[in-house]
Amino acid sequence: MNGQALKSAPAKADDVKIRLRGLSKTFETRKGPFVAIDNLTLDIPAGCFFMIVGPSGCGKTTLLRILAGLDKHTSGTLEIAKPADSSRPGNSMVFQGDSLFPWMTVWENASYGLRMRNRPQKEIKDVVGHYLMRTGLSKFTDLYPHQLSGGMRQRVSIARAFANDPDILLMDEPFSALDEQNKVLLQEELLRIWEETRKTVMFITHSVDEAVTLGDRIMVMTAHPGRAKAMVDVPFPRPRSVLELRAQPEYGEFVYNIWGYLREEVHRARSQDEGSST
Amino acid sequence: MTDVVQQPVHPARARMSLSQSNLERIINIVSPLGLLLAWELAARFGWIDVRFFPAPSKIFVTLMNLVESGALWRHLSASMQRLFWGFIFGGVPALLLGIGMGLNRTLRAVFDPIVSATYPIPKSAILPLMLLIFGLGEASKIVMVAVGIFYPILINTVAGVLEINKIYFDVSHNFGARGWQVFRTVAFPGALPLIMTGVKLGVGMGLILISLAEMVGAKSGLGYMMWNAWEILSVETMYVGLLVIAALGIVFTLILTEIERLIVPWKIAR
Repeated sequence: MNGQALKSAPAKADDVKIRLRGLSKTFETRKGPFVAIDNLTLDIPAGCFFMIVGPSGCGKTTLLRILAGLDKHTSGTLEIAKPADSSRPGNSMVFQGDSLFPWMTVWENASYGLRMRNRPQKEIKDVVGHYLMRTGLSKFTDLYPHQLSGGMRQRVSIARAFANDPDILLMDEPFSALDEQNKVLLQEELLRIWEETRKTVMFITHSVDEAVTLGDRIMVMTAHPGRAKAMVDVPFPRPRSVLELRAQPEYGEFVYNIWGYLREEVHRARSQDEGSST
Repeated sequence: MTDVVQQPVHPARARMSLSQSNLERIINIVSPLGLLLAWELAARFGWIDVRFFPAPSKIFVTLMNLVESGALWRHLSASMQRLFWGFIFGGVPALLLGIGMGLNRTLRAVFDPIVSATYPIPKSAILPLMLLIFGLGEASKIVMVAVGIFYPILINTVAGVLEINKIYFDVSHNFGARGWQVFRTVAFPGALPLIMTGVKLGVGMGLILISLAEMVGAKSGLGYMMWNAWEILSVETMYVGLLVIAALGIVFTLILTEIERLIVPWKIAR
């Protein structure tokens, strides 16, 4: 229904989960067409923690929304391998900023996906209880989002996505609004929870640090139009600890190299913005 | 995992805001009583013409007589029944159409001009037409109330749904909610604060219209009681009618505010 070409793929360990071929997205604006994503070709293996880094406005969020079925691409093809168990949802998204329903408690928010799919009560209780425990929210199940701090709200958002047990997890700058301490804490928690299931993750960030800390593979994107500029495999072994990883000298060197790709992009995007704002 | 850095709102703050709202409720009750006291004094000391403005104590005696004779109860229950059915027949369609219009552009395009064109017509002006169509019985009164309640609830419900941040619809679609589930988990609860505003306005409008409708072609109800009092020059009875309607206004507001606190607990008290 969302225009995605869903094709089942043979179950292999090195299976390709998401396959993009010449994917483009153009928005019609009053100033004419705006190319958000230009001719993106990409394979993401199953179980890969895939990071997309790029300057703001490079079409990262648009790409994620297309994968989530919330937007439609204008040309090219998109294939997402179906989950082996067809009762499981294809993907769940952790949205940028506040996306918890203000009229639902922590428990109601976290159990939302399972409730909408009419899963049995016992499963909901077990699964949601597990992820709220893993995110340290067990004591806050009856509170409403406005009674929580920003960090806790984002934890609920993560619990909601994991509890839904999707085949693919889509994360749109989930930590960008948090302070540095909370960011590190939640990155640690995310890595730990992810280790339990090793789902395919597509994670968007503008932070090179975050990309290197969390990801298996990093795609650096250009802005206006959004294109793939570089693809880098992250060599650091798992399981990782955020702080220990960052203390290694190799880490700094690696981050510096990726910044090299990104720096000229940021400058280019900025000069374009200045040019267009006059 | 247990080292949660930030804590939820401290309980002491929640207690403080509770006593604040208690204080507001006390003021809500005290202020009309103060006005009554001033009126009584003015009547006793002859500052106002008691033929037109009888003392509240006199009105109270009349009130007691009407209570004892059962007349007040008869009129009150007649009006309340009309108000109730009018509320159901006007409010439920308004709610459903309002959410539909909020969710669906086509529905909005169809009904927006019709609503905009008919809303400014004074509801009192259609009373003769309603009497013509529905006769002098219960139906014309119920329809008047229903029409009066329909618009505030419809308009506020549409605004309430349109005000919901688009991200909540994205979340619900992404997590597999379809059709009725979106209605039940996003559109309705998200619009509920403004729906409640519409209900409050609608009940006020309903009280206005029921009094008016009962003055013409009715043999019961608070409006009839007041019109009849004018015909027999019983000023006190007119005031009893006004007071009862005013009291109903206060009671309904208090009840609806309590209901709002129960069903919209996530809206931070202002």
